[in-house]
Amino acid sequence: MANQNGKESFQVKAEKNIFAMYLLMALSVSIAGIVEIVPLFTHPDAVKEEVTMADGSTKSLLWQRGDKKLSDWKPGDGVRPNTALEVAGRDIYLREGCYLCHSQMIRPFRDEKERYGHFSLAVESKYDHPFQWGSKRTGPDLARLGGKYSDEWHILHMRNPQAVVPESVMPKYAFLDDATVDGATIQAHMEGLRKVGVPYTDGDIAEAAAQVDGKTEMDAMVAYLQSLGNMIKFEDGVVYRE
Amino acid sequence: MSLTERYDLNVIKWFSIMSVVYLVVGTLVGVYIAAELAYPFLNDLGTDLPYFQFGRLRPLHTNAVIYAFGGSALMASAFYIVQRTNQTKLWSNKMAWFTFWGWNLIILSAVISFPLGITSGKEYAELEWPIDIAITLVWASYLYNFIMTIHIRDRNKVPHVYVANWFFMGMMVMVTYLHVVNSLAIPVGWFDSYSIFSGVQDAMIQWWWGHNAVGFFLTAGFLGMMYYFVPKQAQRPVYSYRLSVIHFWALMFGYVWLGAHHLQYTALPDWAGSLGATISLAMIIPSWGGALNGILTLSGAWDRLREDYILRFLIMSLAFYAMSTFEGPVMSAKTVNALSHYTDWTIGHVHSGALGWNIMVAAGALYHMIEKIYNIRLSQKLLAAHFWTHTIGTVVYIVAMWVSGIMQGLMWRAYDEYGTLAYTFAESVSAMHPYYVMRAAGGALVVLGAVFMLINVIITIRKAGQEQTSAQAATA
Repeated sequence: MANQNGKESFQVKAEKNIFAMYLLMALSVSIAGIVEIVPLFTHPDAVKEEVTMADGSTKSLLWQRGDKKLSDWKPGDGVRPNTALEVAGRDIYLREGCYLCHSQMIRPFRDEKERYGHFSLAVESKYDHPFQWGSKRTGPDLARLGGKYSDEWHILHMRNPQAVVPESVMPKYAFLDDATVDGATIQAHMEGLRKVGVPYTDGDIAEAAAQVDGKTEMDAMVAYLQSLGNMIKFEDGVVYRE
Repeated sequence: MSLTERYDLNVIKWFSIMSVVYLVVGTLVGVYIAAELAYPFLNDLGTDLPYFQFGRLRPLHTNAVIYAFGGSALMASAFYIVQRTNQTKLWSNKMAWFTFWGWNLIILSAVISFPLGITSGKEYAELEWPIDIAITLVWASYLYNFIMTIHIRDRNKVPHVYVANWFFMGMMVMVTYLHVVNSLAIPVGWFDSYSIFSGVQDAMIQWWWGHNAVGFFLTAGFLGMMYYFVPKQAQRPVYSYRLSVIHFWALMFGYVWLGAHHLQYTALPDWAGSLGATISLAMIIPSWGGALNGILTLSGAWDRLREDYILRFLIMSLAFYAMSTFEGPVMSAKTVNALSHYTDWTIGHVHSGALGWNIMVAAGALYHMIEKIYNIRLSQKLLAAHFWTHTIGTVVYIVAMWVSGIMQGLMWRAYDEYGTLAYTFAESVSAMHPYYVMRAAGGALVVLGAVFMLINVIITIRKAGQEQTSAQAATA
């Protein structure tokens, strides 16, 4: 298997030397990852944190916290880290595999805007380790669920979804009423989240145990669901994504 | 000298048997969760227990079929092919047994941890960090043993490394990258961790991982099986060497780009999704080149399909491979993706690959290896029964998901004459019911086929054992 001029081709050489082939493979499978993934970490537009308002001023989409407490945040103030109770709720959301049937990523289509709300921004999942965009809507999108229903509705729905939505195929989560949230665990989890880049203060973590004291997993779950999607106040005439 | 004396085959026997066992288990869990979507009371059966709910069992299903069944089939066939094509025993039989026990213990830990709700929350990579570390070690032992076995071959007898080996090696190299990068996490307890990535970066890395678990674990590796077992079973050389070289390098370079097409219209920058879709479309060419390379290997021997069921499995798998590698690029195009994303169509697409391509080619490979290793013919009736139940089950499953997926997509975006949304979400859920029942029925046929396979393998192995003892008695 030589070329017409009698020389061995590159391919033939690689076929005879398995380590050379190994290197060629390792190289060729690396290129796409470098091109597609690295810019997401380095390019400022990958996660746009500032927008230009209608009057020409720039505004940060992140909550400008200063030395305020997490509990001082009001809906629309900007993207913030989850509270202790929401962290507990999100852990349960992951544990129960909710992301397998619910997305948290609204696409910029007319029908999705009417059904779910404003399309999702990258900055809204900046503190989501791991991301919860999902890949399937066996149930509806939850990206802007916060504030849509009352806490009571959520509790009834979690305990017995078919009692509230007869067509639903969602499992029952009544067992969340029986378990309580452990303060020390949540503090450890917040420490972990801080290590991967979520800006918790020492104060946030110190207060966490007291905030979840006596709360059930149901309380935590509802707190998390009510926090979804109302961190940014969307205004007309502002370009949130090109 | 018999095959069993020339090569290390015991570990391959056990990987093959476990692969068939996991096929039954994995598809059975799949049918159960499919039935849960049609009949939600199955989630708890009237109890208040979380262990059998969809959200906890779904990772068990995906991990069982991909890594337990698929992984065992890959390990069995890679260790078989690397020995046969390089005409040497394994570099280390002991290390192959380490891979076997390690892999099976990892599977056991998945069976225990998923129902308990221990998960990292990353699709198709849900195992928690201590198990992830174990996977890395076991995988490294598989890779190292494979390469060293090629390295120690007699270069005078086997100067060139055969194409099937390249595909396996490409798979091993890429899966190592994917697993290590995607699993990077900070532990916050023995069974808890948070991914070091978040939001858009995590989404891209997750789908770089997710699509290449398909592209390498389930495609490149299984193509390695195809490039060995199709020519062997057909008793013909591969149709075109040149085409296999192009197929291989195009796959190695091209497949890796595709992950971004899972994130069309999301908060991922637009250019990344478009790039992913563009290369997805281009990938039709090498994929179909590879499928044709396998199918045309049969040129002049088509009549053998009439009596050879193992060959039928292999050729049918290539037909499904060609179909799903056409469907995939179509779904990655933005206009189609706008409709298909988030719907059952995606589930249907995955299963036309998994049921049509992966299970069929692996069944062909496993049947072939068992006949060779035990030097005995399998029950042809059971082979035929498996082939037809599996094929019909697969088609029923895919059709159900096409209809339900496209219907969902259309219902979600439908408007009435007043310009408001025509359907509530709940209406789209109840419209899915008949198709979810149909899907579970298709899946049940697949499980039945897998049971036929298990029975066939068990009785054949027992028969081989009896023949051996009577042969020994005759010579004694």
